[in-house]
Amino acid sequence: MMINLEYNFREPRTRTFYGYEAGDAFYEALIEAHRDLDEEQSALVNARLVLLLANHVGDVDLLREAIRLAREDVTGG
Amino acid sequence: MLKTYQYPKFPFVRPAELDSPQTRHVPVIVVGAGPVGLSAAIDLAQRNIPVVVLDEDDTVSIGSRGVCYAKRALEILDRYGVGERVVQKGVSWNVGRTFFRDEEVFRFNLVPEPDHHRPGMVNLQQYYLEEYLIERARELPNIDLRWKSTVIGVTPGEDAVTVRVETPAGAYALSCDWLIAADGARSPIRRMLGLDIEGKIFMDRFLIADVVMKADFPPERWFWFDPPFHPGQSVLLHRQADDVWRIDFQLGWDADPEEEKKPERVIPRIRAMLGDDREFELEWVSVYTFQCRRMKRFNHGRVLFVGDAAHQVSPFGARGANSGIQDVDNLGWKLELVMQGKAPAALLDTYSDERTYAADENIRNSTRSTDFITPKGNVSKTFRNAVLGLARHHPFARGLVNSGRLSVPSFYVDSPLNTPDADAFAGRMVPGAPMDDAPVSAPGGGSPWLLPHFGQGFRLMIALDDAAALDAATAEGLAALRRGAIPAEPIVVAREGAAPGGIETLHDVKGRVRERYDLQPGTVYLIRPDQHVAARWRRFDPTAIEAALRRASVQGA
Repeated sequence: MMINLEYNFREPRTRTFYGYEAGDAFYEALIEAHRDLDEEQSALVNARLVLLLANHVGDVDLLREAIRLAREDVTGG
Repeated sequence: MLKTYQYPKFPFVRPAELDSPQTRHVPVIVVGAGPVGLSAAIDLAQRNIPVVVLDEDDTVSIGSRGVCYAKRALEILDRYGVGERVVQKGVSWNVGRTFFRDEEVFRFNLVPEPDHHRPGMVNLQQYYLEEYLIERARELPNIDLRWKSTVIGVTPGEDAVTVRVETPAGAYALSCDWLIAADGARSPIRRMLGLDIEGKIFMDRFLIADVVMKADFPPERWFWFDPPFHPGQSVLLHRQADDVWRIDFQLGWDADPEEEKKPERVIPRIRAMLGDDREFELEWVSVYTFQCRRMKRFNHGRVLFVGDAAHQVSPFGARGANSGIQDVDNLGWKLELVMQGKAPAALLDTYSDERTYAADENIRNSTRSTDFITPKGNVSKTFRNAVLGLARHHPFARGLVNSGRLSVPSFYVDSPLNTPDADAFAGRMVPGAPMDDAPVSAPGGGSPWLLPHFGQGFRLMIALDDAAALDAATAEGLAALRRGAIPAEPIVVAREGAAPGGIETLHDVKGRVRERYDLQPGTVYLIRPDQHVAARWRRFDPTAIEAALRRASVQGA
């Protein structure tokens, strides 16, 4: 399986009429997850979130590909 | 500063009420002659309801202020007779470009779908829109526009509302059946009635500069996150009419608004943005903050709040004036039915229900945009910059870049006025949906677009292959519905032919109506006077239609 890089956010239980709504709802929840946390707590929440999502994806080849893409540009290489 | 616009002065006319001991009573008073108040007056006057408009000033909006008019607002302004002037004078655009630091990350197109009359957005200085609305209002004999007239007191009552009006020639009282408060974000009417408006203020300041220059930039919306010429903040560029460009700089909360307005502070910022020596002149400068808040209800007895008086949003997304115009579009027909005694006052509760729903949507979207554009805290900024960095390469991240979700109409899917579908339909024209436009031909005359054929009263849209094939029983049923207490005017949409009995017929020349409304021969749509879908069926059933009409006007089951 290839990593899906197309926009893939959706809210199955809500009828939405504009494409950006599901992605924006996710983003809001993501930022909200960090409310009132200090930096260390935030980093921990991010780490836990990555682990939860990684397990859900499961396919390690795919996760390696995501890790590679995530590092791209950040390390300058 | 340069002036591309001559502000008109409207004369104060001494009102007869100053010389009469009696308090005159009128059907409707609108307080505030901004875009929303004027739209309200025109909507009602076009329904033959006399309106007195009171405005404390004697000219149009000072400064360009609201500059983006969205497709849906333009469609409503078409109904008020000024849409074409706005489109002609304004700058139509559909493309938005987004930059992060020194690179373009992506671009979007507001109207990806062809065959709509109005563009996604038109940029036009607010004073032009007001000027056109005032000219239109003056053509309507039942609008009484009163300048230099400040409401200084309001007394709500069971049967009437009385206002006290102060003018340069003295004060007088005027009473009305219905008072429409379109008196802006600080609404004196709201304050005088002691009504709350709740929400939050955003801790940030923005500089708006209107700049006159000759520039060959295309008519697009350009948005920069963290650009080299204004590090750490955002910048927005819009083109308006008369070679006036709107530039919006995020300044941060600590900026001093008085200092930042000085030309010696503003000009270097613009020079840095333009990056060259081209000539420009400042026309208007303002520093603003904003709030996102709304009243709990928009109707309070005989006082109806519209526009900024009822709800305010952040400017990202142009959801202010555009949603105010949609308030009025929603209110006008309901108030008419109530004033005619054809619907109970409870119909006005649905004005509040539907428009608070829309206001929540606008507040939600503009708040999300604000949180993306001006991230508070390091984690928010890291996520924001991660999205922008990924957006260069990956489509999914482009969908998350939020530089403003531009004003679109609400789908009132939860409205009690809707009759839920009993038949299966595809597409998005669900009960509560705002009608999609489409090209048509009108053999009987009229617009080559679908929407202008709707909008005054209820309409029944009947789909056929050949309009001439409309059977006698259906024609008879339609004639009866036309004569009902709340009439529904039929309109046939067909591939060819003319409907019998002089029923208005449109030809679906490109098949777009069929496609967008999932029409089959026999399909019937009941359309509200504000061009929202009320109900739809796969076959003509007069009993079901009557029930849906009763429901859409809160007549009980």
